[in-house]
Amino acid sequence: MAKPLDYESLNENVKKTAYAVRGELYLRASELQKEGKKIIFTNVGNPHALGQKPLTFPRQVVALCQAPFLLDDPNVGLLFPADAIARAKHYLQLTSGGLGAYSDSRGIPGVRKEVAEFIERRDGYPTDPELIFLTDGASKGVMQMLNAIIRNENDGILVPVPQYPLYSAAITLYGGSLVPYYLEEEANWSLDFNNIRQSIASARSKGITVRAMVIINPGNPTGQCLSEANIRELLRFCFLENLVLLADEVYQQNIYQDERPFISARKILFDMGPPLSKEVQLVSFHTVSKGYWGECGQRGGYFEMTNLSPKTVDEIYKVASISLSPNVPGQIFMGLMVNPPKPGDISYFKFEQESKAIMESLRKRARIMTDGFNSCRNVVCNFTEGAMYSFPQIRLPARAIEAAKSAGKAPDVLYCLKLLEATGISTVPGSGFGQKEGVFHLRTTILPAEEDMPAIMESFKKFNDAFMEEYEDYRGYSRM
Amino acid sequence: MRRFVAEKAKRALSSYLLSSSRSHPSPSLTSSPLKFYSTAASMASKLNPPVTVDTLNPKVLKCEYAVRGEIVTHAQRLQEELQTQPGSHPFDEILYCNIGNPQSLAQQPITFFREVLALTDHPALLDKSESAALFSSDSIERAWQILDVIPGRATGAYSHSQGVKGLRDAIAAGIDARDGFPSNPDDIFLTDGASPAVHMMMQLLIRTENDGILCPIPQYPLYSASIALHGGSLVPYYLNEGTGWGLEISELTKQLEEARSKGITVRALVVINPGNPTGQVLAEENQRQIVEFCKKEGLVLLADEVYQENIYVDDKSFNSFKKIARSMGYGEDDLSVVSFQSVSKGYYGECGKRGGYMEITGFSADVREQIYKVASVNLCSNISGQILASLVMNPPKVGDESYESYMAEKDGILQSLARRAKALEDAFNSMEGVTCNKAEGAMYLFPRIHLPQKAIDAAKAVNKAPDAFYAQRLLEATGIVVVPGSGFGQVPGTWHFRCTILPQEDKIPGIISHFKAFHESFMSEYRD
Repeated sequence: MAKPLDYESLNENVKKTAYAVRGELYLRASELQKEGKKIIFTNVGNPHALGQKPLTFPRQVVALCQAPFLLDDPNVGLLFPADAIARAKHYLQLTSGGLGAYSDSRGIPGVRKEVAEFIERRDGYPTDPELIFLTDGASKGVMQMLNAIIRNENDGILVPVPQYPLYSAAITLYGGSLVPYYLEEEANWSLDFNNIRQSIASARSKGITVRAMVIINPGNPTGQCLSEANIRELLRFCFLENLVLLADEVYQQNIYQDERPFISARKILFDMGPPLSKEVQLVSFHTVSKGYWGECGQRGGYFEMTNLSPKTVDEIYKVASISLSPNVPGQIFMGLMVNPPKPGDISYFKFEQESKAIMESLRKRARIMTDGFNSCRNVVCNFTEGAMYSFPQIRLPARAIEAAKSAGKAPDVLYCLKLLEATGISTVPGSGFGQKEGVFHLRTTILPAEEDMPAIMESFKKFNDAFMEEYEDYRGYSRM
Repeated sequence: MRRFVAEKAKRALSSYLLSSSRSHPSPSLTSSPLKFYSTAASMASKLNPPVTVDTLNPKVLKCEYAVRGEIVTHAQRLQEELQTQPGSHPFDEILYCNIGNPQSLAQQPITFFREVLALTDHPALLDKSESAALFSSDSIERAWQILDVIPGRATGAYSHSQGVKGLRDAIAAGIDARDGFPSNPDDIFLTDGASPAVHMMMQLLIRTENDGILCPIPQYPLYSASIALHGGSLVPYYLNEGTGWGLEISELTKQLEEARSKGITVRALVVINPGNPTGQVLAEENQRQIVEFCKKEGLVLLADEVYQENIYVDDKSFNSFKKIARSMGYGEDDLSVVSFQSVSKGYYGECGKRGGYMEITGFSADVREQIYKVASVNLCSNISGQILASLVMNPPKVGDESYESYMAEKDGILQSLARRAKALEDAFNSMEGVTCNKAEGAMYLFPRIHLPQKAIDAAKAVNKAPDAFYAQRLLEATGIVVVPGSGFGQVPGTWHFRCTILPQEDKIPGIISHFKAFHESFMSEYRD
């Protein structure tokens, strides 16, 4: 008997949606793990899953908020430092009844105020807490905005290629059109405005109204940190082409070089002054999942709106209210992230130590991994300037590409599956992020523990070089 | 003069170009700078920004959610006024009776649950001997058990997209213990509250506006909002107020056939049991009829069971729809059921945690793959909420150190809820022109107000629905916030409001007396 919901009668948009980060490779890796194989999961930016420890102070504060009766216990000082206790009281006061009450649908006003203060300190421009909405992770915020913008399949969203596939997935789910613009691998994954203009013209000629442009800075999977000049050009472009800029800045704490520090799109927008600063519509996203916090499991994020009309903001508020409120512990993590211990606080020294150690190690691992990939045959890898990933280009020999075709798989998928079977390293094939035709990549994270890195890179090199040996044309015939 | 202006313009243009060329040299800048100004879009941008209310997704514009709607915004304004200008209103505080948010009205969380959560949030506590003095021994033991099923004990890591396997095992065991029928952990999807799970199902089921979802009227407006957001059609079926909000199969059949005759493909049936806003608990026989109906008509049964632990009458008990279906001999091949549960309600009331799950049964493997795929785009739900869901479905048992204090807290809350439900029900029934069905379960009362024609006319004159008009006047006179019945749907020409039973018990007499006083004065003003 036909089921009321079978594959044929599913929403088409759901069927078309793809999200490779937890797709075929991940599922295969999970199967192998169940069979007892040791798997190194480098498919998703999930630091704590690879041994990174949570920062102590925020966990202390949230634990106290979970169990406020601890605050009444005379022995609480034996387990918690005084500033954690004070901070827990501070956040509990800001809630509407502790962690267990729905907050304002936009998030706890006091926490949004802390976020606004952080943004002002970071950028030097004031911002309005009313235009900051906390969400269950940045992804939910991205989805809410795209859902609000996309009316039908004639609405296009400019998305970088390669991109973090949340964007392609959300656009497909909401029935819009993805308008790709290619990042220039040879120029350090920078923006090529000629190409962007071509993309937009091509889309428009097909009747697509291009509504928004996504920029991920620092980049995922590409890891580049955009220059100030690039961002200025980008903002000018959005102004001229009438696009809202969706600035995914979740990796703003993850910077591994000093030439291009993080500068927010908003800061640059305001530096540019009117008319741009008054006209360009911008939505900026941030999270507690990345940086040196890595608190993915808390699902804490926010988006900040610039130059959206009050009526638009109201509609977005309305949609947020249907889900009642973002999770309160995640909101407190966000407050703590934007308002960490300061010099002089009891917990400051330890907090600084823990944070620095993580950042320095990430910086080292970015280097180790880039260099490791570049030492492999037919592999070329741009330096991971920021974020958490390495995105090496794998120059697959023609025979490997043919073998993949016969196996009915994309060439980089075949490569990554073989890599997985041989070494236990679980990556995501570049096709999951988009890439130029005929160019192949894989994405891995720089998150495995520092002491494990050399062995992992060696294991990769061994596999890769053997793979290239096997598939390169006439290698064995060179002496004939 | 003209030359001066022209010079100024030239200087402005060249300084603009200078600042452009100072930027990172790129091929695009060598093309004619005037191209920047020639795009039609640039002219349009000043008049028509890319995102305005007129260019938003129309489905977003169409959807509504009254629980946090206009009356609440108004209440928040009044609350601010109370702070800045004390004495400016005939009441001292705003009493939010609009939303099922128990802990915002001083309901206390269950101690055992919070002990475990504090320990899993900060596992370092488990390594300290001092913790034994501050935490119950069974909460420490449970925290260890939970951390052991979380890979690397990393509560800050994304989990499996359906939720941590070990926690789903615990929840499945809890469902089995509750129903007497086994539950498969792979059927469970842990979500940030039950609401995202409802959205997911609507997204899967609704292809076009010709796909309809049968929803009870009155209903919790998540359903109408979600259906609107996903572009589908809400097919209403009316609960019978005269028979305690009875759900009649004849009404289901009638609405189904009418929808089909209009070309609507009805995909699913939403049943909220216990009901929201109506509070009725379905009788088993009624549930069996509903199961048969879904099976016969090929509908997915969407069973919203978030109030399963809120039952206030002795002659009714909660039966999950899955249990009913299994007890009728119906298995995976016979019926598709999605059961929703949440940590927000019951006696635990942990709304702010955003914990919940859906259990999907009777779906083919390829559909389940698609459901998994959609879940994976958001990676996973918050871990703390997942842990709490596993605690709610697996609370302390007889013999556990915390069992007695847990039961005392649980019974205290549930008995108090039952008392408050009764007190408010009686109060509403004592008011002129007001009839109120019993709240057998959930957290709400949904009294019907027979408004005099004069009141209805006065409402029309200010462009408000009569129940919204009544609710606003109530708010302005007493500070009590209720949600107008039109936010939930009602038989046309009837008026209701939804009031929660959640204000603390000591506040109830005051609420009742102020409400009665307002109502009397309102009726005096508008009596025919």
